[in-house]
Amino acid sequence: MSVELDVFVGNTTIMDKEVYQLWLNGYTVNDAVKVRIEGGVMEECEASAEVLLSDTMDQYRTFQMCERLLHHPAKLANQLLFQIPPDRQAMLIERYYAFDDLFVREVLGKKLSKGTKKDLDDVSTKTGITLKSCRRQFDNFKRVFKVVEELKGPLVENIRQHFLLPDQLARDYAAIVFFANNRFETGKKKLQYLTFQDFAFCAGQLINNWTLGAVDNMMEDMDVDLDKEFLQDLKDLKILITDKDLLDQHKSLVCTALRGKTNVYNEMEANFKNLSRGLVNIAAKLINAKDVRDFFIDLVEKFIEPCRSDKWTSIDMNLYLTHYTNSAHILDTFKHHAVWTRYMGVIKSCILRLYHD
Amino acid sequence: MPGKLKAKIVAGRHLPVMDRASDLTDAFVEVKFGNTTFKTDVYPKSLNPQWNSEWFKFEVDDEDLQDEPLQITVLDHDTYSANDAIGKVYIDIDPLLCSEAATVISGWLPIYDTIHGIRGEINVLVKVDLFNDLNRFRQSSCGVKFFCTTSIPRCYRAIMVHGFVEELVVNEDPEYQWIDRIRTPRASNEARQRLIFLMSGELQRKIGLKVLEMGGNAVVGYLQCFDLEGESGLVVRAIGTACTLEKISTFPATATHPSNSSPSKDMKEPVFGEEAPGVPLSSGPPTPLRAQTFSSFSPSKSYSRQSSSSDTELSLTPKTGMGSGGSAGKDAGPLKALLKQQTQSALEQREYPFFTLTVFPPGFLLHVGGVVSARSVKLLDRIHNPDEPETRDAWWEEIRQEIKSHAKSLGCHAVVGYSESTSICEEVCILSASGTAAILSSRFMQDGPLDTELRFEEVVSPGCGFCHIPYDELNIPFPAQLTYCYCCRRYKVPDVLFTTIDLPTEASVTGKGCLIQARLCRTKKKAQGEVNAMAISNLLPFLEYELHTQLMNKLKLRGMNALFGLRIQISVGETMLLGLASATGVYLTALPSPGGIQIVGKTPSDITYEQHISNMQKKINDTITKNKELYEINPPEVVEEIIGSPIPEPRQRSRLFRSHSESSDDVSEIDLSHGKKDAFVLEIDDTDAVEDIHALLTDSPTPAGFYSCNTEIMPGIQNWTSAIQMFTSVRVFRLNANLTNQGLNKIFSDLCENLLKSLYFKLRSMVPCCLCHLNFTVAIPEDELIQVAVTAVALSFDKVQTLENGKQSGEKTPIKAITENDEQLQFNLELNAETSSSSISPKGLSEVGSHPSARDRCSSWIEQLKLKAHTIRRGSVKTTSSMEKASPLPEGRSRSLRSNRSYSGSSVAVVKMTPLSFIPGAKIIKYLGIINMFFIRETSSLREEGGVSGFLHTFIAEVFAMVRAHVAALGGNAVVSYSMKECVFMENPNKNQAQCLINVSGDAVIFVRESELELTSVQPQSATTQTSNGGEGT
Repeated sequence: MSVELDVFVGNTTIMDKEVYQLWLNGYTVNDAVKVRIEGGVMEECEASAEVLLSDTMDQYRTFQMCERLLHHPAKLANQLLFQIPPDRQAMLIERYYAFDDLFVREVLGKKLSKGTKKDLDDVSTKTGITLKSCRRQFDNFKRVFKVVEELKGPLVENIRQHFLLPDQLARDYAAIVFFANNRFETGKKKLQYLTFQDFAFCAGQLINNWTLGAVDNMMEDMDVDLDKEFLQDLKDLKILITDKDLLDQHKSLVCTALRGKTNVYNEMEANFKNLSRGLVNIAAKLINAKDVRDFFIDLVEKFIEPCRSDKWTSIDMNLYLTHYTNSAHILDTFKHHAVWTRYMGVIKSCILRLYHD
Repeated sequence: MPGKLKAKIVAGRHLPVMDRASDLTDAFVEVKFGNTTFKTDVYPKSLNPQWNSEWFKFEVDDEDLQDEPLQITVLDHDTYSANDAIGKVYIDIDPLLCSEAATVISGWLPIYDTIHGIRGEINVLVKVDLFNDLNRFRQSSCGVKFFCTTSIPRCYRAIMVHGFVEELVVNEDPEYQWIDRIRTPRASNEARQRLIFLMSGELQRKIGLKVLEMGGNAVVGYLQCFDLEGESGLVVRAIGTACTLEKISTFPATATHPSNSSPSKDMKEPVFGEEAPGVPLSSGPPTPLRAQTFSSFSPSKSYSRQSSSSDTELSLTPKTGMGSGGSAGKDAGPLKALLKQQTQSALEQREYPFFTLTVFPPGFLLHVGGVVSARSVKLLDRIHNPDEPETRDAWWEEIRQEIKSHAKSLGCHAVVGYSESTSICEEVCILSASGTAAILSSRFMQDGPLDTELRFEEVVSPGCGFCHIPYDELNIPFPAQLTYCYCCRRYKVPDVLFTTIDLPTEASVTGKGCLIQARLCRTKKKAQGEVNAMAISNLLPFLEYELHTQLMNKLKLRGMNALFGLRIQISVGETMLLGLASATGVYLTALPSPGGIQIVGKTPSDITYEQHISNMQKKINDTITKNKELYEINPPEVVEEIIGSPIPEPRQRSRLFRSHSESSDDVSEIDLSHGKKDAFVLEIDDTDAVEDIHALLTDSPTPAGFYSCNTEIMPGIQNWTSAIQMFTSVRVFRLNANLTNQGLNKIFSDLCENLLKSLYFKLRSMVPCCLCHLNFTVAIPEDELIQVAVTAVALSFDKVQTLENGKQSGEKTPIKAITENDEQLQFNLELNAETSSSSISPKGLSEVGSHPSARDRCSSWIEQLKLKAHTIRRGSVKTTSSMEKASPLPEGRSRSLRSNRSYSGSSVAVVKMTPLSFIPGAKIIKYLGIINMFFIRETSSLREEGGVSGFLHTFIAEVFAMVRAHVAALGGNAVVSYSMKECVFMENPNKNQAQCLINVSGDAVIFVRESELELTSVQPQSATTQTSNGGEGT
C-alpha cells in the first residue's frame, strides 16, 4: 500500500515559515522532516512522522510552484494562482532573496558567469552551505544584476522596486551588483578578515559618491559604473606626492595639527610620506579598470597594514585622516579641492570601516 | 431579438512566450458567441498586449444567452503557419440576465489551456442589454435566480417554497466520438468543456422554466451533477427547490413587516377547531389514504430485485433504506392524525414532495422522521436519442418514488435535505438518493391549507419540536424505544435520530458535536454485465447495514444521540465496493441519553476470554466517559423522576404514539436493540466483531483545540473570528493485490484518519478552530486505487468565550441557537419573532423574539445604506480602472518608471471561498449569481510537472484561481456554498500522461464585515473605502 498522490490546496495558500527556511536552505524533504521532528513539532501538535512527511512534501511542492513567481517578485502581487496575504508575500520575497554572509564573501566581486556557477560546489564544501542554496543565492545575484544592469536611475531604488525588497536588503544587493560589475577583488588572503557588511558599507560610499549618479540625478545616469571623468581628474592629485614642496608642506601641516594628540605620533610622522604616497597613488591609478579591481587590496596593503603594524587605534586613524584631508586645502599651490574632497571623503569612511583594531 | 450581448477586450498580461526567437508574442483575441465570431487586431511583440478593442455586439435570443457561454480565445498570430492558440476563457453570461445579480463582468480572467493550464490573464468587459419583452418567457427563463446554498439565501426572505424541480439532459461524450481518434487531446478536451457548458446552461434554463411554471422566481439548493457514462454518453442532471424569494434589503424592513406577519397572525387565532378538515385552497383531488399506494414494500422484501421491462438494461434495485428509512414497511393504518393529512394532501398532490434544503425558515420544519434512502444498480447502455432521455428519467423516477414511499411509511409527507448521486464503473451504475423524512408546516406552501395545524405544533417549544416522532406508534413494525421528550415532556421522541439536514438553529443541544464517519470496503469478484450488477446489488444491503452499525456504535461511543448531515456514499470499482458515511453527531437535549455499549461474548466458558471481554468493555466505557468530557456532554440529571410521572396529555390530541427505534434496521435479521433498555449490545462471536470493536477504539480523537463537523455550524461554538480557510485535499492510495475485507477496511479507515490528521496538522496555526462542512468524496479511479477528496473550511473561534459557553452548557442550559443566529438569519427574523410570540412556550421567548426584530429593522436600514454605498463604489472603480486601461503606457517610456506603475497599481482583490452558506462576522449583502465551472486538464509530461501530485496540485490551484477571478469580475468578494462536485483523476504513468476533470460550483456574493457595517450606519461615505479592503482579513 502506498500513497500515490497527496495534495492539499488552500484558498489562502498555507506556507510554514520554518519549512520555507528549510527549503531555502536546500534541505531534501527527508532531511527537512528530520529537522522538524527534532524541533519537536510532532509532540506539539500530536502528529506522526507520516503526517509530517506529507506536510513537508506538500509545502515543498508549493514553494517550487511559487519559485517561478519569486524570480519576478512583482508578479507575486499580480498573479492569480496563489492567494497569499501581502505580509506573507513580503516574507516570501525577503527570505528568498536573503543570503548567507559566508556565501556572499565567496563570490563577492566575481563575475556572475557560468564559470563561477560551476565552482559553486567548492564554495558549498567550503562554507557548509548546501549546493542548492548556493545556486539559489548565486542565481538571485545574477538575476538582480541582469535586471538593474540596464536600468537607469538610482541603483538601490531600482532594486527595491523591481524586487520589492526591504531597504537594507536592497542596499546589500546594490553592493553585490556594484562589486560584480566592477569586479573588485575581495578574495585575497589579506582581505579575508573583512566581512560582507564591511564591503557593503564601502560599496554604499562608492555608489553615493563616485558614480555618475552621485553628482547629478538625471535619469540617464548610471549608478553601477564609476564616474569616468572623476577617475580622470584623480590623476591630478598626483601633484601631492610628486611635488616635493607640497608633500613637505602637507606633512608639516598634519604634524602640527596632530602633535600631542596621538600616541602614535612618531610612527605617523615617520610614515607620513609613505602613507600619503599610497593613498594618492591609489587615486591616480583608478582610471585603469585593473587597478579599480585592486582598490581594496591596495587600501589594505598601502595604508591599513602599515598603520596596524604601528598599532594605531581607530581614533588615531580618524584624527589622522581628518587632518590629512583638511590640510590639503590649505596648501597654496593645490587647486583640486573638489576632487580631493570627493576622493578623501570616501577613502576616509572606507578606511575607518575596514580598519579593525 | 430580446438581448444584446456586448464584450470588449481590454488587455492581456503575463502571456506566455509564443515566439522563441524574439521571446515575445503577437497576440490577438477571438470572441465567439453562438455562431458569431469577432476578432481583435494583432498586438505585436508583447507579453502584455493592450488591445482596447471596440465593443463587440452580439444580438441574440435570450434562450441562447442562457445556454451558451461567451467564448474568448487568445491566439498568437503567425504569418506563415497556422495561428497557435494560447488559451481560452469561458464566461457564463447567466449572472447578467438577472436584474438582482451582477450588472457587468469586468476584470482579469485567467486564460486557460487544457494542456498548459493558466497562461496569463485577459481583461474583459461584458454587458447584456435585455429588451423588455412581455412575451419573453417562452423558451427562456431569464430572471430566475439560482442558488447553490441549501438554505434561504441570507438577504432574501422566503415567501413561498414551491417544491422539487429536476431535469436532466444527455448527450454523447465527445471523448468517445469517432472523431476523437483523429483530433488532438486539446481539441477533444475543449469540445467536452464546451459541451458541458452548453448542457448545464440548457439544464438551468429548463429548470428555470419549471420554476416559472410553478410561479416561483428562484431555485435554492441547486445541485447539478455530471455522470460520465463513458461510451454510453454524458448526463447532466440537476435538482433544486423552487421558491419565491423576496429581497429583504430592497424594502425598508417596516414596509415588509406587516404584510408578512398577517398570515401568521391568522394562525395564532384558533379559528378552526382541531377537527376542521382544513380544505386545501387549491382544488386538488381528495387525498387517497397513503396505505394503498405503496404497500408492496414490506420490510422483508426490502431488497427485492425487480427487472425492468427493457431487455437491454437490467434493473437491479435493492430497495434498502438506511436507518429508519429502511422501514419501508407496512404503511400506517387509518389511525392517523387528521391534521397531518391536511398538509399532507397538499404535498401529495405533488409528484415529489422533496426539498433540497437543509436549513429551514423557522417554523417550516415541524417533525423529522429519519433518513430515507434508496439505491438502484443499473446497466448502462448507449443513449440512442439525446433528445429523449427517457431511460435515465425513468431510473430516477423509480428511485424517487421509492423515497417517497419510505417517507410515507415513516408517517411523513415530505423529504428534506434531499440529494441524488451516482457511482459509475464501466457499464455498471449505482444510483442513490437520500433525504430526511419530515413533516413540514404548510406556511410556505402555496397549495397548502391555511395552517390549521400550525397552532398545535407551535405549542411545542422550537428546541425540541422537530424531534417528536411524526409516525404512528402502533404501526411501527419493529420494537423500539420511545420516551417522552426530555424538553417538553409531552411528546414522544425516538432514542436516536438520524437526518441528512443541518442541525436546526433552534435545536437545543447539549455540549458540542463532532464528525462521525463509518468506513467500509468490500471486495467483489470481477465480472461483466448482468452478473456484475447482480453481485453488486447483492452486496449493497450488507454494506449499508454495516455502515449503519458502525455509525451507531461510534455515536454511542461518543455519548451522543443524533446524527445530522448524514451522507452515505457508495462507490463501485471493478473488484470492490467502498462505503463512506459521514455525519455530525450531537447530543440533542430532547432525546434520551444514549446507553453505553455492552459487549457480550458468545462462548463464555473460557476465563481468559471473559477477561479479554471485560477489558474491552472497560476500554469502551472509559472512552465514552472521556468523550463525554471532551464534547462537554453533561445532560441534566433530573430525568428519571419525571419519567414515571403521569404524562400531560397533549390537549385535544387524539393521536397515539407508537414506539420506533432508529437503531433497528430492517436489513438486519437480528434486531440489535431488542430487549435492551439502555445498552447497545455488541456480540463477539467471530473475528469480524473483534475487528469492529478494535476499529471503534482506534478512531483517534481530534487533537486539542480542534473540532470537526460536516454540517454548517458546530453546536456549542458561537464566537467565530473572521479567519477562515477553505481547502481541498486529495489523496490516492494504491492497494496491494489480494487483500481481505478486513485488511481493506483497515487501510481505508486509516486513509481517512490520516487525511484528517494531516488536515489538523496543516491548520494548527488556526487553533482553536473547527473544520466545518467536511465533505469527503471517495472514488475508485481504477483497480487497486482509492481516491479520497475532502473539501472543507476551517473557522477560528475565540477561546475565552468558548469556555464560558462550555460552562454554561455544562451547567445545564441547552444553548439556544436562536439568539446566536439572529444576525445570520436576517431573512426571516420577523417570522422568528412571530413564531415565538405565538407559541405558548413558557420562558420569555417572546421577549427574545421582539427584541431582534427591532434590531433587524434597523440593520436592514443599514444594509440598504450599505448597498447604496457599495454601488457607488463599484461605479467609481469601474471608471477609474477603465481609464487606466484606456491609456496604455507607451512603450518608449523609461523602463523603471513603467514597471513602477504597473506593479504598484494592481494587486489582486482577495476573494474568500467557503462551503458554508455564510461568512462569519460578515453580512452578505448581495448574491451575484451562480458559479458553475467545469475544467479539464491533461498532460503528456507528467514527470516534468512534478508527478501526479504536482499535476493535481497545480490544477486545483488553477481552478481556485479561476473561480476567484470570475467572482471578482462579477464584483464579488466571496463564494459561499462552494463545492467541488467532481474530481475525476486518471493517470498513465507509463505514458507519462494524466488527465483530470473538475467541476465546482457556488454562489458569488458581496459581503461586508459587520464591524464595517456599524461604521457605515454612521458614515456611509467612509464605508466605501472600507469595503474595498474588506476581504483582506485572512
